[in-house]
Amino acid sequence: MKRARLGRLLGTLALAFAGGSMPAWGKSGWDELNMMHGVTNVSTRIYALHMMAFWVCVCIAAVVFGVMIWSLIFHRQSRGAVPDVSLTHSTKVEVVWTAVPVLILVGMAVPAARLLVKINNNTDSQLSIRVTGFQWGWRYQYVGSNVSIISKLSESSTAASMMHSGISPTSVPHYLLSVDHQLVVPVGEKIRLLITSIDVIHSWWVPDLGVKKDAIPGYINQASFTIAPNKPGTYRGQCTELCGRGHAYMPIVVHAVTPAAFEAWLKQKSAAQSEAAAHAPAAAAASS
Amino acid sequence: MAESHATAVHAEHDHKPHGWRRWVFATNHKDIGTMYLILSGFMFFVGGTAAMAIRAQLFKSGMKLFDPAMFNSLTTMHGLIMIFGAIMPSWVGLANWMIPLQVGAPDMALPRLNNLSFWILPFAFCLLIGSFFVPGGAPAGGWTMYPPLLQQFGASFPMLIFAIHLMGISSILGAINVVVTIMNLRAPGMSLLRMPLFVWTWLITAYLLIAVMPVLAGAVTMQLTDHFFGTSFFNAAGGGDPVLFMHVFWFFGHPEVYILILPAFGVISEIIPTFSRKPLFGYEAMVYATASIAFLSFIVWGHHMFTVGMPVAAQLFFMLSTMLIAVPTGVKVFNWVATMWRGSLSFEPPMLFAVAFLFLFSIGGFSGLMLALVPADYQYHGTYFVVAHFHYVLVPGAVFAIMGAVYYWLPKWTGRMYDMSLAKWHFWLSVIFVNVLFFPMHFLGLAGMPRRIPDYAPQFTDWNMVASIGGFIFGASQLLFPYIIWKCVRSGKPVEANSPWDGAHGLEWELPSPAPYHSWQTPPSAAVLAHGAEH
Repeated sequence: MKRARLGRLLGTLALAFAGGSMPAWGKSGWDELNMMHGVTNVSTRIYALHMMAFWVCVCIAAVVFGVMIWSLIFHRQSRGAVPDVSLTHSTKVEVVWTAVPVLILVGMAVPAARLLVKINNNTDSQLSIRVTGFQWGWRYQYVGSNVSIISKLSESSTAASMMHSGISPTSVPHYLLSVDHQLVVPVGEKIRLLITSIDVIHSWWVPDLGVKKDAIPGYINQASFTIAPNKPGTYRGQCTELCGRGHAYMPIVVHAVTPAAFEAWLKQKSAAQSEAAAHAPAAAAASS
Repeated sequence: MAESHATAVHAEHDHKPHGWRRWVFATNHKDIGTMYLILSGFMFFVGGTAAMAIRAQLFKSGMKLFDPAMFNSLTTMHGLIMIFGAIMPSWVGLANWMIPLQVGAPDMALPRLNNLSFWILPFAFCLLIGSFFVPGGAPAGGWTMYPPLLQQFGASFPMLIFAIHLMGISSILGAINVVVTIMNLRAPGMSLLRMPLFVWTWLITAYLLIAVMPVLAGAVTMQLTDHFFGTSFFNAAGGGDPVLFMHVFWFFGHPEVYILILPAFGVISEIIPTFSRKPLFGYEAMVYATASIAFLSFIVWGHHMFTVGMPVAAQLFFMLSTMLIAVPTGVKVFNWVATMWRGSLSFEPPMLFAVAFLFLFSIGGFSGLMLALVPADYQYHGTYFVVAHFHYVLVPGAVFAIMGAVYYWLPKWTGRMYDMSLAKWHFWLSVIFVNVLFFPMHFLGLAGMPRRIPDYAPQFTDWNMVASIGGFIFGASQLLFPYIIWKCVRSGKPVEANSPWDGAHGLEWELPSPAPYHSWQTPPSAAVLAHGAEH
């Protein structure tokens, strides 16, 4: 019993340290420092690439800034430093400090290129969803089914975001990051998004999925992701291309469930929508 | 002897019109340079006011000082004003003042053109700022002006386009003047590879301007005809392509960022040797590195649009070409560091700004390298990480270099020394709070905060507050800058020597201080040239 609690505590700590698999949204404050690991293979590898690039930069900075700081301290006039004016050029060092960065860059480019090719492989998907951006919200259509969802900022966030609303954002659950109808997807399946827009350019971004793709009128862009089977949950993101006054108010919420739960949800949703569609013409006929 | 006496007497009786005619009909490079610098200083504070408003709105989650549309106008205008109104004209002003002095020319080659290129600007800026007061408000589609969004704005839309046209014409004319002056009016004996680095970097910048400003003009003109004359260049419904605009815009936009930073490289290459009391290390490598950066700047534009869905091969190409820019940029930084190495350093205000430039521009370079990696860029793109990156290269990069240049050459311009301790206050406040302002933006972007949003989720509040407080103090401390200059002009201690800096070399320091209204009316002799270049 005690051990279980300790284990849970350690697990929580490890998660908090990793920062990733707990959705970073919703935590508050100073620990929001780094990219999230996310819940897909791609997002985890992006995180690793980001950290690799970061540490390479830190190492280069340590060397370059180290030499600079050394000069700033020890080669100052006030310490009686005498300039060595013979030090004007050296082809040898120029070659060295051209060649060494090239090698470092090649070392960074290779894993980046590999990952890039992998990310852009959108074949063999098990489910396709059409994503259409509009001012200001998203429409999701499940290909091969009649299910279609319009997803807009949740009512509570909308109310709080109004001028002079007087509602504190902290009193609203997931202020600006919650929607009225979530996008529901299964975990463990490769999902392909077909992204477009009907008005201006938007961009569909969910950091935990490692997916950001522009929604552009006249184009159908593809992106895909596979959420790890052990990571059902709710993942939140926002539009990342300026799209007018509602740009900050069209979040994306992805609800990942088990495949079985997804099938059940889709079936139920589909039935509900056919029923609504069947009623709609009758209602329209009745009213005319 | 008699000749030099005659020159001296002549210098005391500078023929110049008095009153407003001196400025409106100005053809003297020093007068025009001064007007450019004053105008850009004014625009820096206009753009800065917009920045303060933005930081006030972003102080905490749920803050609603401005309507979202007004907020978008503020970010758009902040970008346009700072780029086209503050940084670019201040470089042209410095070019006007310093290039003739540094190459031993009596003036810019085309003085009347020079007058025109300056006087276009106030009208362009009136159109730009005036758009705040027309129905629908100022343009709010971002400084990148992407269609179809930009097409949604009303009366401000044509004002923006024509302002861009005017600013573009002004830049092209100014750039032509720089090229012609450098190519034709160098003192006898000053070969290209003996020119000061500031002249070199400006020569390359001028070619970049001539190459890309027409591209921008074309792109915005196509938007104009899409809007008013029924064309469909960028309108998908009419068979056009919104992504085409991005390609054309960034073909201008990427060289544009080097237009903003290359002259800064030149200034830093002047200041660091002076206060290290050592010649610039690797002069020729510096020239070639600058030229390589300029060349590469034309083939990396796609890195601004990795998320638009380009083919993998194109993304790969733009990733590799972008990473390649790190090589010549690294060469420049290493050469500056080698210049300081085993020098005899002192830390007057110009040197303080130059050293801060080295550290902080490098940080902007590091985040630039990270942004070049396409998979990582998928997460960074459109977030505050990008905002942090380009503010690091532009504020402690370009802006610090401009301030360093002013503190470096102000005694030459005015013949007076400024208040050194106030200038050091200005420096320390700037360098501390520029980091408080921009460093947390890295965290915000990585944690998932998109840029250009007027309100955000509560978990981003803490770092935004830090950034805003840094912004307010940074902004307020910039008021010291015009005060220090004004005080220097009014009552600064006269500078007796040609150069107040014992380590300075170059033709501008062979002239008396203040530089006479007409300088180098006869080209500097071989002896003067040799003395100016001697280390």
